Amino acid sequence: MVAIMRSAVIDAPIEAVWRVLRDFNSHHLWHPQVAASEIEESLPSDQPGCVRRFRLRDGAELREQLIALSDRDFSFTYCILDSPIPLLDYVATVRLRPVTDGGRTFWEWRSTFRTPPGREDELAGLVGRDIYDAGFAALGAFLGRGGGARPRAAAGAVQPASHADAIESEAIVVRDHGGPEVLVAEQVRVAAPGPGEVRLRQTAIGVNYLDVYLRAGPNGLLIPPATPGVEGAGEVMEVGEGVSHILPGDRVAYACLPVGSYAALRTMPAHQLVVLPPAIDDETAAAAMLKGMTAEYLLHRTHRVQRGDIVLVHAAAGGVGLLLCQWAKHIGATVIGTVSTPDKARLARDAGCDYPIVAPLAEFAPQVKDITRGHGADVVYDGIGKASFAGSFEALALRGHLVLYGHATGMPDPISHATLAEKSATVTRPVLFHYTAAPEDLRDMARNLFRMIESGALRVSINQRFPLRQAADAHRELEARRTTGSTILLP
Amino acid sequence: MKIYVSSVVDAPAERVWDRVRDFNGLPKWHPIVADSRIEGNQPADKVGCVRSFHTRDGGLIRERLLALSDYDYSCAYAILESPMGVSNYMAVIRLVPVTDGNRTFCEWTAEFDCDPAREAELRELIGQGVFKAGFDALKRQFPKT
Repeated sequence: MVAIMRSAVIDAPIEAVWRVLRDFNSHHLWHPQVAASEIEESLPSDQPGCVRRFRLRDGAELREQLIALSDRDFSFTYCILDSPIPLLDYVATVRLRPVTDGGRTFWEWRSTFRTPPGREDELAGLVGRDIYDAGFAALGAFLGRGGGARPRAAAGAVQPASHADAIESEAIVVRDHGGPEVLVAEQVRVAAPGPGEVRLRQTAIGVNYLDVYLRAGPNGLLIPPATPGVEGAGEVMEVGEGVSHILPGDRVAYACLPVGSYAALRTMPAHQLVVLPPAIDDETAAAAMLKGMTAEYLLHRTHRVQRGDIVLVHAAAGGVGLLLCQWAKHIGATVIGTVSTPDKARLARDAGCDYPIVAPLAEFAPQVKDITRGHGADVVYDGIGKASFAGSFEALALRGHLVLYGHATGMPDPISHATLAEKSATVTRPVLFHYTAAPEDLRDMARNLFRMIESGALRVSINQRFPLRQAADAHRELEARRTTGSTILLP
Repeated sequence: MKIYVSSVVDAPAERVWDRVRDFNGLPKWHPIVADSRIEGNQPADKVGCVRSFHTRDGGLIRERLLALSDYDYSCAYAILESPMGVSNYMAVIRLVPVTDGNRTFCEWTAEFDCDPAREAELRELIGQGVFKAGFDALKRQFPKT
């Protein structure tokens, strides 16, 4: 048995090195020996068991299988399935550790294998020198010159802001609460990122009903003068001190407080940013982060929807509604949706809604009872509030769960314990930002969302696009219930 | 809580290990240690032996050797007695060769319980004052050639 161990120190933070290495399908991007790589059966490249097919520069083809991957240990293990080079029982492990002294990365690459008799030294040299040593040098160069998905990334430990100055750019500024007309474009100064912050060049901005609430009347979250908006996507220009999970050049997206996304450039805290996978474009991310992560936690965390559950979705053709319908259907639930027009009913049906109900906001409960033969809905997703709440409760099954995740028509009246006892009902009023507060939860939710979009199970319909300076028009359409799917602003 | 500090020393791992493996040898390389002895006249590489040493500011620390591996270049020990106010303290120091450049990757990890209000202070004291100071001293003792 031949055992090889090679190791090196890469002059980049461990997050940057791991981001490239953990992708089992990335070696062709940086390793000089690998000409092409693909994962068989379109499995995700971070799913142990997946097989990558390599073509080397000399034309040889080999197949390797990922057998372990750990984001906790920054390590992965793989074995060779087929190779023209006689490396038998070859198992290799890559493991990274942080060098806290200087923000660098220690990289260890080990393997064991058997060879035909007499060829041990030759093949040990091939693997250790041509594959491992060459790989260390190549990845260092790749990160240094900013290759692939990581432009200009990771040359040093922490990238201090390179433009120390504020930059002037366009943003919507609300000077007083009020109607859509208070959304006015102005030139503002966007500060260089401080510790824990990044400066973004935004490429797409999500518009949400929350923005309407915050614009319309006094609240603790948007205090004029302020720029509204909680969702966006773009490219990182600079990062402040202490930011290591995001690097300049990264494509990122977010759905978080504080408000301020209706802007061409913005400086904001880094901890709520998610790095976008290549398959997710900026517009999709800006349209899907808030609504998609809302759908994610509503269906998996607030209530764990199971195959066979009966789910009632209000505003089923709206931004969150369309995503709830598709995702609940994907899980295997029976989906009933309420909509305001026959056109919207068609949209909801296309999204997987089994029973679209066209009815005024208060009058859907009898139809839900009919459709379910008196059972009612196991879970009701209600973002409408005051106008629908009583009907939602009426439509609820015994031991059902009424999830009030928004209140577009106002806060419903309080509900008494005696009323809850009529059905052993649960009523919750969840808020996205409480589910995304921990960065690991946020990344977990975003990963699930991106996976659903990448697989095609979730279609994000961007049906309205407005230039940033016409944000007021976007709000008018939203408030008049004339929009479907997602609405975005383009700086 | 857990503390992790790592560094790279510009010397082959065997040479760095030669210095670090001596459980009674802290005064020879660590700047904050004034003296050291092994209790009960035992060999310093007998697993289970206890070292008793004073820091330069006069504090007495007693630590038991829990594991010593010349194969992994690693050494684990627990604090029996110290003025630091920590409990269930266990630490591991471990070296790994960096084949690229024949250097040594060194890591020092500690896990222990303490009053939550003192976490930041102890992180600084142990992470910087003890572990990083030790690695910095090794870097000085094995200068780049």
